[in-house]
Amino acid sequence: MITATLDRFGRFGKFIWSGWAGLAGLSLLAALWQMGHDIYGDFILPAPLATFSTVISLLQDPEAIEISLKTAGRALKGFFLAALIGGTAGVIAGYSLATLRVVRPVLTVVLGVPPIAWVVLAMIWFGSTDGTIVTTVIVASMPIIFAGAAEGIATRDRGLDDMARAFGAGPIMRVWTIGLRHLSAHFFPALILAVGMAFKVAVMAELLTSTGGIGGALAHARSNLDMTVALAWILIAIIALIIVEYAMIHPVRAELERWREAAKPWGVKR
Amino acid sequence: MARSSKAVGCKTMSALVLKNIGHAFLGRTVLNSINLSVATSEIVALVGPSGCGKSTLIHIASGIIEQIQGSVEHGYNRHGMVFQDTRLLPWANARDNIAYPLRIAGIGKTERRKLAEKAAEQVSLEQIDLDKYPVELSGGMRQRVSIARALVMEPDFIYFDEPFTALDVALKRRMQDLLIASAQTSRFAGLFVTHDLMEATRIAHRIIVLDVYGNSIIGQRPIPGEPGTRSDIEVFTRVQEFLHDDPLFRHIHDVDERIVA
Ligand SMILES: Nc1ncnc2c1ncn2[C@@H]1O[C@H](COP(=O)(O)OP(=O)(O)O)[C@@H](O)[C@H]1O
Ligand SMILES: [Mg+2]
Repeated sequence: MITATLDRFGRFGKFIWSGWAGLAGLSLLAALWQMGHDIYGDFILPAPLATFSTVISLLQDPEAIEISLKTAGRALKGFFLAALIGGTAGVIAGYSLATLRVVRPVLTVVLGVPPIAWVVLAMIWFGSTDGTIVTTVIVASMPIIFAGAAEGIATRDRGLDDMARAFGAGPIMRVWTIGLRHLSAHFFPALILAVGMAFKVAVMAELLTSTGGIGGALAHARSNLDMTVALAWILIAIIALIIVEYAMIHPVRAELERWREAAKPWGVKR
Repeated sequence: MARSSKAVGCKTMSALVLKNIGHAFLGRTVLNSINLSVATSEIVALVGPSGCGKSTLIHIASGIIEQIQGSVEHGYNRHGMVFQDTRLLPWANARDNIAYPLRIAGIGKTERRKLAEKAAEQVSLEQIDLDKYPVELSGGMRQRVSIARALVMEPDFIYFDEPFTALDVALKRRMQDLLIASAQTSRFAGLFVTHDLMEATRIAHRIIVLDVYGNSIIGQRPIPGEPGTRSDIEVFTRVQEFLHDDPLFRHIHDVDERIVA
């Protein structure tokens, strides 16, 4: 028990340590940004520090927090519904290859429709409401999740299925201990992609439908030609996405994929 | 582990009876009129050239696939199975892999752990290896885990599908000895598929030969003496006799040459 806790602690430490590399990359980006600012001036590209301080002052305003939460709530609502529907349908399609064959071209078509077209359609159907945003998010992120789930199940090792059957496992046991377990390898990358998509699409749909949220705030900043505030809102959207990704998806994934860590050769681990 | 339906009122000494088994994949006949039986506590080696349907036959006998023709009668209570490619769950450590049949049977976590460690001891796996994932184990260790998994429910019958084919000679011998010893202590019966006549002659009570095209069992040879008591010279001369003087094994020899080539 104690070793398990220590082990988990160790992984957390490793995770924090890996954050330094990410931070170095981000610092590079900030440096480039600063250069751009020095060349083009305040109006075109405000300084990163000025933007950061705007972010901080914005976040001290309860109204701004409310705006961010509104967008995050819409994005997450759409994302969870998409994960539930797309994930379930994907698992079923993965087990039934005939279904997968029928659905694949449909998926290509749906993925090919630009999210902005969905916004227009949803606006006609639902007007400027929450429903429009959530529908657009669902339609945009569900195919990604569906494809990940179907691919994950379809590529499972049938030898393991036979092994489980030899030891007397019924279909539910096999789905639970082998199908879904194998699925996670494909499913989590798809989930991360989809949650990013959900935030982007939510902001875009808000901006186009003027239904408030971060998108609404961006629209407002644009009409005031206030570049610093616009950039600050973009940063806030990114921060919200990162919080969701690292607070919700990565911990589950790390727990499920510990064996992959063991498979890595020495030197790659850290 | 699959519980089998015992024929009521039928007091047979057979652990496994296959009657007139026939099977086809997508219309192509793979097995035809196969009859064989395995007695209680008897280890039977099933040999035959590659592709003749040995795996299909034990998949039918163990209930992984359903035969198109004939019947399977289980005189045993439950079986285990060992595969050539081990088929361990890559995401579970050795202990959880060994305990997997217990999990299927719905046995609680602490009990699972205890029984898994006992089975691990039977195949000389050490505590520190039990926390490792399959990728961290050598081929021999992995096969030990897979044998422990077959033993963990204390089955009275075990199916072996070429379990040691991928191992090197020294390791193969050690695994055979391990199997002979655990067959003697646990008293299970077994159907052991192999290419290797030497292996069959070491571990089995009886060798049966499947036709090149899966068209019935073409013959069988009892091997005198108990497995484990046969000397190397005895085994070697018997294999030489089989290969040079016994028409039954003519095609086995052909296949062995092809495999080396
Ligand atoms: N799932 C399957 N679908 C179609 N053909 C198969 C399948 N499994 C095995 N076969 C074919 O059946 C024959 C017997 O295979 P198998 O039982 O694996 O042989 P062995 O184990 O003796 O090498 C082979 O010709 C193989 O190609
Ligand atoms: Mg085979």
